Amino acid sequence: MKILYFAWLRDKAGMSEWQVSPPPGIATVGALIDWLAAQNPDQAEVFADRSVVRAAVNQDFAEADTPVGPGDEVAFFPPVTGG
Amino acid sequence: MIRVQREAFDVGREIAALTAGNTRIGGVASFVGLVRDLGGLRSMTLEHYPGMTERQLELIDAEAHRRWPLEASLIVHRYGRLEPGDPIVLTITASAHRQAAFDSCNFLMDWLKTEAPFWKREEGADGERWVDARADDDAARERWRETG
Repeated sequence: MKILYFAWLRDKAGMSEWQVSPPPGIATVGALIDWLAAQNPDQAEVFADRSVVRAAVNQDFAEADTPVGPGDEVAFFPPVTGG
Repeated sequence: MIRVQREAFDVGREIAALTAGNTRIGGVASFVGLVRDLGGLRSMTLEHYPGMTERQLELIDAEAHRRWPLEASLIVHRYGRLEPGDPIVLTITASAHRQAAFDSCNFLMDWLKTEAPFWKREEGADGERWVDARADDDAARERWRETG
């Protein structure tokens, strides 16, 4: 599974992407966030305030209950500010 | 049509290209967003999510065509480093009549503000900061919610 970070989430993560292999029980975006946040202090910092974290799975906006699995591209970012 | 690019755009040229050869078009509306400086802004850098950006802009464009009888439309969004006064975004809509063109152009901007994965970082005299999302952008999007 490929994890991407954008904007200040990338700053906090200290990287723009990484490959992860969560255990089989991690099947939703919400569960993935819990698992990522427990991996190291930087990840805990990225997900410290989940109310300002948005997610996309395979380039579509996702919610906490959106399914995720091996091979998916999961991105995390703050609310968008384009236009 | 949609385009994501680093380069500036020429509004007149884009309108001419979009409407060329289609005499069913009776009205064209366009909007250009510029980098605003309310004091102390040196530059702004727009980051985006390549791939998802194009995908989301295509969805927004298709939604406008579903809702209004459009003959043509274009969204151009820039990324990279921009300075105050620089154009950031262009939306053009063309229809037989003006109302569809005006309304859909407005719709495109309201939707891309909340649906297109771009993030602005401002560089000012006192350093850099990521721009926060605005609640009134969410409200502007909500007024296009379809009921019933």
